[in-house]
Amino acid sequence: MEKLKYERPVIKKLNAGIMNKFGMRTEFTPHTHIEGVAVKDIISKFGSPVFVISERQIRKNYQQAVRSFRTRYPKVQFAWSYKTNYMNAVCKVFHQEGSWAEVVSGFEYHKALGNGVPGNKIIFNGPDKREEEIILAINNDSLIHVDHFDELFLLMEIVEKMDKRPRVAIRVNMDTGIYPMWDRFGFNYENGQAWNAINKIMASEKLELVGLHSHIGTFMLSTAAYAVATSKLCDLAFNFNKKFGKAIQYLDLGGGFPSSNTLKGAYLPGADTVPSIDEFAEAITSTVLNYGFKQQELPLLILETGRALIDDAGFLLGSVLATKRLSDGRRATILDFGVNILFTSFWYDHKITPAQEFSHHTEDMVLFGPLCMNIDVVRETVNLPLLQKGDQVVVHKVGAYNMTQWMQFISMRPSIIMIDENESMHQIRKPETLAYLESLENIPEHLQQIKL
Amino acid sequence: MKLKSNIATSESGFVFNPTSGDSYSANSVAAEIMLLLKENNSIREINQIMLSRYEVDSSHFEKDLDDFIAQLRDQNLLEL
Repeated sequence: MEKLKYERPVIKKLNAGIMNKFGMRTEFTPHTHIEGVAVKDIISKFGSPVFVISERQIRKNYQQAVRSFRTRYPKVQFAWSYKTNYMNAVCKVFHQEGSWAEVVSGFEYHKALGNGVPGNKIIFNGPDKREEEIILAINNDSLIHVDHFDELFLLMEIVEKMDKRPRVAIRVNMDTGIYPMWDRFGFNYENGQAWNAINKIMASEKLELVGLHSHIGTFMLSTAAYAVATSKLCDLAFNFNKKFGKAIQYLDLGGGFPSSNTLKGAYLPGADTVPSIDEFAEAITSTVLNYGFKQQELPLLILETGRALIDDAGFLLGSVLATKRLSDGRRATILDFGVNILFTSFWYDHKITPAQEFSHHTEDMVLFGPLCMNIDVVRETVNLPLLQKGDQVVVHKVGAYNMTQWMQFISMRPSIIMIDENESMHQIRKPETLAYLESLENIPEHLQQIKL
Repeated sequence: MKLKSNIATSESGFVFNPTSGDSYSANSVAAEIMLLLKENNSIREINQIMLSRYEVDSSHFEKDLDDFIAQLRDQNLLEL
């Protein structure tokens, strides 16, 4: 007699009429394939856990975002935010689509050059630009976004010794009506600091002020804040033109558009609450168009969108290591990935789906990572089908920040796979090995020998 | 190990405790184990019966059965 399919025995109390604090069940079908490739095949070939990136989804996101802006405004340029995901293969997809590079360190700057981005299409942001990096950026005719007066004076000192007139912009921070106000980067608009920086640049005559930049926050849920930021940049550009008789060539509104992930503590899922890029585009472009620029002096609009273009193109595949019951009876599921490689689980309630068939029975559970650390919690509460050792799961929307902010802590960082538009797999980053990590270490002579 | 005598169970997995008024939903494996407990089968007998019927190895099932008995105890469905 053929044996019946087994499922772990479970009994669940029925609470008719009472709200379930764990929320409604959301997983009805297993996520067995990513872009036509079976999850189990990816794991058997590249191990578990493993990050997977969909090239098709990146291109789709990029093209949709560009369309949202270009159908509303004549001059638009996107610059890929390297810190969001600087795997070279990912950057190259964006550059193939026409995106410039936006970098915030010398390391990222060199990465962009290595990826073949022409120097004059690299935007150099951030508070940490070393003297030699600034010289390199000047020689490459990159767009240098000045963050503070110390940097401005350093730039002027450097230019004294060079026969160049670098193209610069200033980063402007401002009150856009949202909290917290990001005032640690750039020059403040309200207290006149930004205008002071503009005056100093113009007085020096050694720098060419070509742009104005702002980046008002991250995971912004308000389109109105971008309208305020755009309006304040337009005000500076307008007054600059009036005083100096020159047009500002571009306004860079930075990044900060959210993905459809669900923030921790949010009452409703991100997919239902997050504004679309179309809504942000409408707020920004209509502000510039209605501001009163002459048609021929309309500034180029630069966007440094990161998260919204890559988050839903990334997946993390992993496996269940064990299940257990906690002292209060709650089910705990231990996964083979944790906060070390899924950094964004500190911010989001990530959607997680089993990768194999399951019944309609579910359990409320806490999902732990594999680290021997109490903080290693992937989801504090989630209602999922019954999981058991060896089951595979898919974490959705992990493309932003995880592959740059991940930690080599307790365990090593895994492979990253890209699935191209023809559904072929490419390993774009190998898993770390002990030899690779230890290649950076040195043991002093007197510690070479130990005797136990 | 015995299920309380007044606990009503069905093959479809609906469980009712008339003392507390609580009702439960059990999956098919759990429902079958509860019926076997009701029929006074020992843990060893339940093990044998279930292993012969289902695609599961003995150590896996032993772990799950221990866990399930703990769930029944938590819900106060077992005779003391």
